[in-house]
Amino acid sequence: MPNSTSNTATVSQSTLDNIAVIEEPKVTIDYKKITLDGLWHNNPGLIQLLGLCPLLAVTGNVINGLGLGLATLVTLTISNFAISASRRWVRSEIRIPYYVLVIASIVTMIEMIMHAVTPELHSVLGIFIPLIVTNCVIIGRAEAFASKNELAPATLDGFMMGLGFTIVLVTLGAMRELIGSGSLLSDASVMFGSIADNWTIQVFDNYQGLLLAILPPGAFIGMGFLIALKNIVDKKIARK
Amino acid sequence: MQFKTNTSPFFNSSNNVNGVMLQVLLALIPGTLVMMYFFGWGILFNIILSMFFAITLEAIALVLRKRPVMVFLGDLSALVTAWLFALTLPPLLPWWILLVGIFFAIIIAKQLYGGLGYNPFNPAMVGFAVLIISFPLEMGLWLEAGSFVDQSYGFIDSLKIIFGMNIAPDWDAVTMATPLDSVKTGLLTGVDYNEIIQKSHYLSNTLNNTWMWSNIAFIAGGVWLLYKKIIHWQIPVALLLSLLFFSLIFYLYSPQEYATPLVQMLSGATMLGAFFIATDPVSASTTPTGKLIYGASIGAFVYIIRVWGSYPDAMAFSVLIMNMAVPMIDYYTQPRVLGHKQKVDL
Repeated sequence: MPNSTSNTATVSQSTLDNIAVIEEPKVTIDYKKITLDGLWHNNPGLIQLLGLCPLLAVTGNVINGLGLGLATLVTLTISNFAISASRRWVRSEIRIPYYVLVIASIVTMIEMIMHAVTPELHSVLGIFIPLIVTNCVIIGRAEAFASKNELAPATLDGFMMGLGFTIVLVTLGAMRELIGSGSLLSDASVMFGSIADNWTIQVFDNYQGLLLAILPPGAFIGMGFLIALKNIVDKKIARK
Repeated sequence: MQFKTNTSPFFNSSNNVNGVMLQVLLALIPGTLVMMYFFGWGILFNIILSMFFAITLEAIALVLRKRPVMVFLGDLSALVTAWLFALTLPPLLPWWILLVGIFFAIIIAKQLYGGLGYNPFNPAMVGFAVLIISFPLEMGLWLEAGSFVDQSYGFIDSLKIIFGMNIAPDWDAVTMATPLDSVKTGLLTGVDYNEIIQKSHYLSNTLNNTWMWSNIAFIAGGVWLLYKKIIHWQIPVALLLSLLFFSLIFYLYSPQEYATPLVQMLSGATMLGAFFIATDPVSASTTPTGKLIYGASIGAFVYIIRVWGSYPDAMAFSVLIMNMAVPMIDYYTQPRVLGHKQKVDL
């Protein structure tokens, strides 16, 4: 290895390599922990309470929740992959604008794809697809995990965080749809095409519907109950 | 905890929670009787059903929270909440809608926050707000008011309708827009105010004006509460003066486009709200100055929402909005403590 560390004025590639190696001591990567963190212990929706804006806004039914959840999942996985892959060449002073650029390009691509493949879902979700750029979960994981970890764990973390977020979105969407209109999976065709035309499950017949559940207050109340439920389960587990 | 004092110069205050709540229940009776006279048995059934559901739900919540059930049921606060809530409901409301409302009032607005004394929002108004948002159609079905003898639905028929047993009234024929409803829809469609008065069943004839009479009866109950020193004068007076002020200004500015101050003062839930709902000792402001600000703001919001909002009446929303501001109001209006200079840490 050339002795370039003495020359501090010019930063050569090997210096960066050296710094990078020093910053990242080899630790065994616990994939199980990453998975459980994303899905349960550090769930972005229920524990970190990140990305609440789309979470509360679009979960009027299961399909909207699933649609936005999947879009976020894909964005999060790709952005964690890209940021982890490029972490050695990004100086810390400019990392935030860099993350935003990367995330924005990914979201733009996803939005265009959704517009082309599922135009109806795209029009239902509307502004909330481009708004994924500003979803704190994504930049949060980029800063907290992807910028400090190897490619494989970073990608897994993005995927699991996205999955955890999607599960919360779908659960909240299911709760609100069930209470609000007594059905599940209505309008599945906007996402899955015409094969999903009769997927709608009418759970209660002649159900009048509780409008409150579909309106924004319903999202906040439902979210409160979900967090409470998680805390109860955690307490039960801890007691065992 | 009340310490008994044994020597003669001291009085024990009789104002425990139980006694206060009992006085409130007593004070509600005249207004309730007037409403029953005009709207029939439905009002009474609303109250009884609400109380039954409230007591049941409160007991369940207390058992789940491992609190002494009889102690907290005995403070009568659930009954007051239930009664106030029931008075905001139209007669002959299906029982399950009532249950949804009382569930939100007792379980979500009160017990989830820790029970009486800890609820930041007025439980009865939370229940009402949930219902008016969720079931706007059913909540608008106010029966045509008649005198008690010529009610379209008697005791048994009312029960059957409430429990949904094979009898569905022809709602269009038996219901009638409330005064605030007529004013609101009329003014929105650009009808002249005088014309609205003539068309409205209630506003055209003072004797017919159910709402005015029930409001007057609630004033009587409110005065009783003031006399008994259960409530302080600040909130009701500030609320009514501020509502009067705004309605007068706008009425003087354009009598064709805004309702008279009298209609604003004696319609809908104005008096019930001013004396019974805004004065809720838990969720209202507690300092003397704070009470004035709190009451006046509610009056202003009532006028704003009634005139420019999308619901005909606004007492519930105004009270809930100001409930949110109470901690801040109380913080900045703390009275000076004896021996200290007036100072608030900003």
